Amino acid sequence: MWDWNEFPEISRTDLRDLKKGLDSAFKDFTRAWGDTIEGFFNPLLKFLVWFEKLLISTPWPVMMLIIAVLVWLGSRSWPLVVGALVSLWLVGYLGMWENTMYTLALISVATLVCIIIGIPFGIWMAKSNRVQAIVTPILDIMQTIPAFVYLIPIMLLLGIGKVPGLIAVCIYAIPPVVRLTNLGIRLVDKDVLEAADAFGASPHQKLWTVQMPLALPNIFAGINQTIMMALAMVVVAALIGVRGLGLEVLKAVNNQYITLGFMNGMAIVAIAIIFDRVSQKYGKRLQKHSEVIHG
Amino acid sequence: MASHGIEVKDLFKIFGPNGEKYVEAVKNGMSKTELNEQHGHVLGLKDINISMPAGKIQVVMGLSGSGKSTLIRHINRLIEPTAGAVLYEGDDVCQMSKSELLEFRRHKTAMVFQKFALLPHRTVIENTVYGLEIQGVDKGEASKRARRWIDRVGLDGFENHYPNQLSGGMQQRVGLARALTNDADILLMDEAFSALDPLIRSDMQAVLLDIQAELQKTIVFITHDLDEALRLGDQIAILRDGEVIQQGSGQEIVLNPADGYITDFVKEVNRGRVISVGTIMADTPFDSSINIELLPDDKLEIAAKAMTEQEETRANVRDSTGKLVGSLRLKDTISAMVTPESP
Ligand SMILES: Nc1ncnc2c1ncn2[C@@H]1O[C@H](COP(=O)(O)OP(=O)(O)O)[C@@H](O)[C@H]1O
Ligand SMILES: [Mg+2]
Repeated sequence: MWDWNEFPEISRTDLRDLKKGLDSAFKDFTRAWGDTIEGFFNPLLKFLVWFEKLLISTPWPVMMLIIAVLVWLGSRSWPLVVGALVSLWLVGYLGMWENTMYTLALISVATLVCIIIGIPFGIWMAKSNRVQAIVTPILDIMQTIPAFVYLIPIMLLLGIGKVPGLIAVCIYAIPPVVRLTNLGIRLVDKDVLEAADAFGASPHQKLWTVQMPLALPNIFAGINQTIMMALAMVVVAALIGVRGLGLEVLKAVNNQYITLGFMNGMAIVAIAIIFDRVSQKYGKRLQKHSEVIHG
Repeated sequence: MASHGIEVKDLFKIFGPNGEKYVEAVKNGMSKTELNEQHGHVLGLKDINISMPAGKIQVVMGLSGSGKSTLIRHINRLIEPTAGAVLYEGDDVCQMSKSELLEFRRHKTAMVFQKFALLPHRTVIENTVYGLEIQGVDKGEASKRARRWIDRVGLDGFENHYPNQLSGGMQQRVGLARALTNDADILLMDEAFSALDPLIRSDMQAVLLDIQAELQKTIVFITHDLDEALRLGDQIAILRDGEVIQQGSGQEIVLNPADGYITDFVKEVNRGRVISVGTIMADTPFDSSINIELLPDDKLEIAAKAMTEQEETRANVRDSTGKLVGSLRLKDTISAMVTPESP
């Protein structure tokens, strides 16, 4: 007879054995492959460290000048340049310059990694419905699974440090570039694509002369979202040993320092807003001629 | 480099996962509706045989959904045929390998589209060089050749504009320049002027005729408009439900419509612009006191105008070799220009 109040559970010992089995299998894997995998990520670590050093060793006025120029090139908007400079100055004045540079380095490198991996994946997804069917649910999982869950295997595998932090950020932040690259390519006007076919464009030529340029505004929107999501992860990354504004926020939480928490939080917000406004303005400029007008 | 004719032979297109299975049934008379309702396949083209003349304009005409776009897309194989052949210079386009097909599209064909299909992120000049860029022609050479055609279609000064800064008529000039820059033997035009206002459309027809007089390409021109078909077509094929129901010169179709469907089509036509003097003239010339002389190819409208302007009622017809070949009276001219009452 079934007892409808009691769920037919797996027996307690079986469950324990299952968990233990999987855990120890993963630990065995870590022992066997941990060093190899760490070695694999070593160039990434070196690059991140080099970039951090570069940002920190650059004198602050030079850094502010570079940022002002980048903001201008991206947005062509004086108010934004001024806004960026004022907030950076404030951040520095309040003693957060170095941590801001650490965070900036992490976000930049994470975004770069996401773009380098994400765009080819997005292209692949756009070319094959089967790949899309497989990758989409994986992206859903990456975006919804609580970050702490994948922190465990990452830490087991790579310990505590910058690279595991970077990987955690990338797992969470990469889905938008992939999705919007795929979407952007799939949304390209069928008529224009047919014209490329009619002129004898090979698949490769079609990708570079039609699909990528027309998908660019969407890809850019994806990169923008990726940056925002990477910024949202800096506190989590701090949990496994990444320095920067996130770590300060974490300290503030642990010690109930309200002001410290808010100051570093606002610094993160400032970076986010600068990145967002600049990349949106840039994306708009890319789009200027892309709408097709008939008649 | 002379253009060649295109032979479309026993061509069938049945849309759906198992098109081949139904070719026999369609050959044996299964209708488009039956095929759709009983087997869920769409009959696109049925047993098309057209011999498209070299260096001339072949018009394919029909109402919307009659299969015109499907047919023209078989010539560069943007659509795979279900059965049949498209022959150009002895090669069957339908049998070409992928790379042969790319080469064929690059060097032998160019296409102009109803909705222009310009690359919105590229300027006029960058659009115009597109075909050459795909062929791998170097940049300087490509832009030199493109400029020539940009000027020719009347777009000089607009090289650096983007398509969305241009009117529809100008956008289609870009489409035409892009196709002509390819310097291909075959020009495929799918309702190229249908999206344009009547005046601009008529301009574009003139531009095309002018260019064709110089280049003599093999042009396949799709339209749903009989006036356009008659103005441009050296030869016209009329499609209905994927079948050719009549082909011939414009004059032949207007004078002898094959069935009620075509009769309805040709009712509104200005016959004076279609029928030539040679078709209705009497074989015996008048004496040489007649001071109006016409060519056999002159249209009736011209003949009528010539006679009324000089207050004459008679004209002689002399062919291009200078021989008197016939004669024409004003009253016969006028009555041939009037659409006969349908029986
Ligand atoms: N990819 C397709 N799948 C199914 N049916 C199609 C497809 N393309 C065209 N058809 C059908 O074939 C017929 C002819 O279409 P088309 O060649 O576009 O006509 P036209 O250009 O004369 O308006 C129509 O009934 C249309 O619905
Ligand atoms: Mg059509």
